[in-house]
Amino acid sequence: DRDKAQAVCQDLILHDGCRQASKAFSLYANIDILRPYFDVEPVQVRTRLLESMVPVKMINFPQKIAGELYGPLMLVFTLVAILLHGMKTSDTIIREGTLMGTAIGTCFGYWLGVSSFIYFLAYLCNAQITMVQMLSLLGYGLFGHCITLLVTYNIHFHSLFYIFWLVVGGLSTLRMVAVLVSRTVGHTQRLILCGTLAALHMLFLLYLHFAYHKVVEGILDTLEGPNMPPFQRVARDIPVVSNAVLNTTAKANALTL
Amino acid sequence: MYPKKSSTLLRDWDLWGPLVLCVSLALMLQGGSADSKEDGGPQFAEVFVIIWFGAVVITLNSKLLGGTISFFQSLCVLGYCVLPLTVAMLVCRLVLLAGSGTVSFIIRLIVVIAMFAWSTLASTAFLADSQPPHRKALVVYPIFLFYFVISWMILTFTPQ
Repeated sequence: DRDKAQAVCQDLILHDGCRQASKAFSLYANIDILRPYFDVEPVQVRTRLLESMVPVKMINFPQKIAGELYGPLMLVFTLVAILLHGMKTSDTIIREGTLMGTAIGTCFGYWLGVSSFIYFLAYLCNAQITMVQMLSLLGYGLFGHCITLLVTYNIHFHSLFYIFWLVVGGLSTLRMVAVLVSRTVGHTQRLILCGTLAALHMLFLLYLHFAYHKVVEGILDTLEGPNMPPFQRVARDIPVVSNAVLNTTAKANALTL
Repeated sequence: MYPKKSSTLLRDWDLWGPLVLCVSLALMLQGGSADSKEDGGPQFAEVFVIIWFGAVVITLNSKLLGGTISFFQSLCVLGYCVLPLTVAMLVCRLVLLAGSGTVSFIIRLIVVIAMFAWSTLASTAFLADSQPPHRKALVVYPIFLFYFVISWMILTFTPQ
C-alpha cells in the first residue's frame, strides 16, 4: 500500500517536472515563430537593399514585398551605429550611457512605431499589406537614411545634406510610396497613406541630422539639473584683518590681474 | 581566442570569463565624461547592458538564421572575444596617461582597429562555422557592428 502511494507520488513529481520543462522549452522554442522571417540569402539582402532605392513604375499592379526581418533589423542597428559615430565626429562631449539609450530608442521607436501607425492607417484605407511586410518595407527604407547620415556626418556641408536629403531620401520614400500606392485602391486613401508616410520618413531624416545633437544635449541639460558651475563665488567669512593688509593685497591682485 | 576551430572548446562553455572581461571593461570605461560624480553608476550599467544585450541579439540572430550553436556557447564565445578590446582599452588608458594629442590618438586608433579586427575574426571563426556555408556573411555583419560599437566606446574614451 505504501509502495503504491510512493509510486503514485513519484509519478506525480515526474509529470510535474516534465510539464514545467516543456513549458520552459516551448517558451524558448517560440523563437521558431520568427525563423521563417530570417530565411534569406546574402544575395537577396543585397538585391533588396539596392531595390529599396529604385521607385517602381507599375503602380496598377500590386508589387510584391518580401516579408523578411533580417535586413530591416540590421539596418536599424546600423543606423544606431552611424548615429553614435556622428556623435563622435561632432565632438559632442556626452555621457555615453544616455547617448546609447537615446540612439537605440529613437531608431527602434521610429521603425516599430511608424510601421504600426502606417499599418493602422493601411487597415483604415483598405490597403493590402501585412504588418511584417510593412516592417520590412520601412526597414529597407532606412537604407537611404543610413547612406545620407554616413556621408553627411563626415562631410559637414549643409547644402550637401539638403541635396542628399532630397535625392536619396526622396528616392527611398518614392519607392515605399509607389509600393503602397500599388496596393491601395481609391485616390483619397492613396493620398492619406502615402502623404503620411512620405512626410514622416523625410522629416525623420531631417530630425536625425539637425535635432539629434540638440535633443541629446537637451536631455543632458535636464538631467544634470541645477548644476553647480565649476567656478563658484560664495560669500565667505572674511577674517578680521587690518585695513592695510587688505589694501596691499587688493593692490597686488589688481596688478596681477 | 585565436581563430582556431575547436569544437571541444565550444562544448565546455562557461560564462565566468566573459563576465570578468565585461566587468573589467565596464570599470575601465567608467568616469569618461564631464560629470564623474553622477556617472559612475549608470555608465557602468550601460556598458554592461550593451555588451550583454548585443551578445544576446547576435546569438538570437545566428540561431534564427539556422545555426547549430547553442545559446550559451555563443554567449561564451562572444564574451571571450571581448578580451582583445579589453587589452586595447588598457593600452588606450596607458597612452592617455602620457598625454592626449594627435599622436596618441593615432596610436589609439591603430591599436583599437587591430584589436577590433582580431575580435571579429576570432568570433567569426567560431560562430560562422555553425552556419550553412552560403550564409556566413549574414552572421558576420552583426558581430562586426557589435565590436564596432564597443571599439567606438573605447576610442572616444576621455578620462577626466
